[in-house]
Amino acid sequence: MKAAAVAAVATAFAWLLLRAESQTSISLLLLLAVAAGVAAARLRFRLSGPSVLAFAAVAVLALLLREDDFSLLLLTRILIVVVACLGLNVQFGYAGVVNFAGASFFGVGGYTAAILAPRLPHLLVLLLGGAAAALVGSILILPVLRTRGHYAALVTIAFALLFRTFLEVNDTLGGPQGLKLPELVIGPFHFNDPVFDASFYLRYVALGLVLAALALGVVQRLERSWIGVALDAVRLDEIAAASFGLSIARWKIAAFTIGNFITGVAGALSAFMIGFIAPNNYAFSESLILVSILLLGGIGNPWGLALASAIVIVLPEKLQTIQEYRFLIFAAVVILILLFRPAGLLPRPLRRLKT
Amino acid sequence: MTALLSCRALTRRFGGLVALDRLDLEVERGTVLGLIGPNGSGKTTFFNVLTGIFPASGGEIGFDGAAITDLAPQQVYRIGIARTFQRSRLCLPLSIFDNLMVGNHRHLRHDLWFNLVRRKALRRQIGEQFAAARELLRIFDPPLAERMLEPAGRIPMIDRRRVEVCRALISRPKLLLLDEPSAGMTHDETLRLMDDILKVQQQIGSLTIILIEHEMSVIERITSRCVVLNYGKKIAEGAYAQVAQDAQVKQAYLGLE
Repeated sequence: MKAAAVAAVATAFAWLLLRAESQTSISLLLLLAVAAGVAAARLRFRLSGPSVLAFAAVAVLALLLREDDFSLLLLTRILIVVVACLGLNVQFGYAGVVNFAGASFFGVGGYTAAILAPRLPHLLVLLLGGAAAALVGSILILPVLRTRGHYAALVTIAFALLFRTFLEVNDTLGGPQGLKLPELVIGPFHFNDPVFDASFYLRYVALGLVLAALALGVVQRLERSWIGVALDAVRLDEIAAASFGLSIARWKIAAFTIGNFITGVAGALSAFMIGFIAPNNYAFSESLILVSILLLGGIGNPWGLALASAIVIVLPEKLQTIQEYRFLIFAAVVILILLFRPAGLLPRPLRRLKT
Repeated sequence: MTALLSCRALTRRFGGLVALDRLDLEVERGTVLGLIGPNGSGKTTFFNVLTGIFPASGGEIGFDGAAITDLAPQQVYRIGIARTFQRSRLCLPLSIFDNLMVGNHRHLRHDLWFNLVRRKALRRQIGEQFAAARELLRIFDPPLAERMLEPAGRIPMIDRRRVEVCRALISRPKLLLLDEPSAGMTHDETLRLMDDILKVQQQIGSLTIILIEHEMSVIERITSRCVVLNYGKKIAEGAYAQVAQDAQVKQAYLGLE
C-alpha cells in the first residue's frame, strides 16, 4: 500500500518534471524532491514492495508522455543506463572488480550491433552484443587478475583509452565517423514506426523496460543465492575466502563476464535507438559517469543505481545552466557522497537469505 | 593408529629469516595438539604453510595418507582442513548466516543454473543449511543462534569468535586449526569456548584439533600433547606438565636468568 502510494507520487513528480519548461518551475520541483529525500532520510523511511510497481510506474509515465518524443527518449536512455550499471554492479558491487571501462563494453555491444544488424535477426543481435562484450572482457580480465586495487583500476582505464583510439583509427569500423544502424525490427514490430498517433519511442521504452526487468531479475537472483554470498566473500576478504575453498580468480571472472554481458546488451540497444554510433559515444568520461552513478546510488543496490541514473541523465537536460558544467558538478557530488554518505543515496540492505 | 597429519623437515623462509626451521610434527587422530611458543616463533606461519597460504620452502606435509605440501588453500580446505584466524576475519557487513555459509562452501551448489533458475531447490537447500547452522551455533550460544540474520559487525567480540569457530566447523573438517581463539576475550570466555569446541568434537567424533594459545591454563586443560616452538624450531614436545618443566622452554619464555 505504502509502496503503491510512493510509486504514484513518484510517477506524478516525474511527469511534472519532464513536462516542466521554465527554469523556475524545474528548480522548484527539484528543491521539493531534495526536501522530500532529506525528510525521508531523517524519518528513516523504509520502502519495500514488489518490483513490478516500479516498472508499472515507468510504463504509466511513458503512456502519459506518449506524444513527447524528447521525454520518452530520456526515459529510454535512463532504462538503458540502468541496465548497463546493473552489469557494472555485479562486477564492482558484488565481486569488487573495479571496471573503469564500462563505456567500452557498452561500445563493444554497440559496434557488434552495428556490424551484425544488416545480417542477423535483431533480437539475436542484442544478445550477441552482450556475448561480444563478455568475450572482450575475458581478455581484459587476465591483467586485471594479476593486479590488485588501484593497479587493477589502472588496467581498466588503460583499456578504456585504448579502445577509443582503436575505434578512431579502424577504417572497417568507420573510423571517427562511426557506423549507421538499420531500423530495429523484432518480430512484427518496426521500432521506427509511430504507435498509432503516439511517438515511436514508446516501443523503445517498452523494450528498455523488458531488458531492465530481465537484468534486474538476474542481478537480484544472483545476489540472493550462494553465488551472491561467494562474490561478497571474495570482495570482502580474499584470504579468508581462499581458505574456505573459494577460487578468487574463478569468481572474479564469473562476475566480470556476467557484468560485461549485461552492459553489452544495453550498449547494443542504445546503438539501435540512436541509429548511429561513433567513438565519441564511448569516451572514458562516459565510463566515469557510469562509475559515478554506482557511487552516487549506493554500490550493490539496484534501486540506488536506478535513482542515480535518473538524476544523472535528467538533471543536465532539464537544468540548462548546469549542462556545460555537468562533469564538474558530478565530480563534486561524488566527492561529497564519498565523504558524507559513503554507502550512497540508497545503501545496499543486508542480505537475508532465509525469510 | 597412524597419524592424521605429519610434517617432515617443514621449512619456510622469508628472505633471510627462517620462520619455520626443519619442523617435524605429528598429530594423532581425534587428539588436541597445543602449539605454543613466544611471539614470532613461527606458530601462525606453520598454519599458513599448512593451509597453503604460504608455499613451503622445503620439507613435506602428509595428511590422511596423501602428500599435501604444494596444495593451494582451496584444495587444503576441500580435503578437510579448516581454520580460524588470529585477527578475526569475518565478513562484517554480511549476516552471521552468510558468514557461516562461506565456511560451508564445499557443500553448496554454485552453478548458475541451480542458483538462478532452480529457485525452489535453492530455497530448500538454504532452509536445510539454515537449520544445520542454527543447530551448530546453539551448542555455543543459544541466543546467538536466533540472531543469524543480523550483520556480523554488530555482535560483540566473543560472539564473533564463536561465529568464526562455527564457520570452520560447519563443513565438518577432519582437522581444525585454531589460531589463538582467546585473543580479545576474558579468561572465562575462553574456557567456555574451549569446552564448547570439545563438546562438538565429541559429537562429530573424528575431529582433530591443533590449537595455538598463549593462555597456559587453556593449554593445560584441553590439550593431550604440546609442541613448543622457538625461532621456528621445535624445542620441546610432550604433555603440558612435562613440557612446562623443560629448561629450554622456561628459557624461551622467561629469558636467561
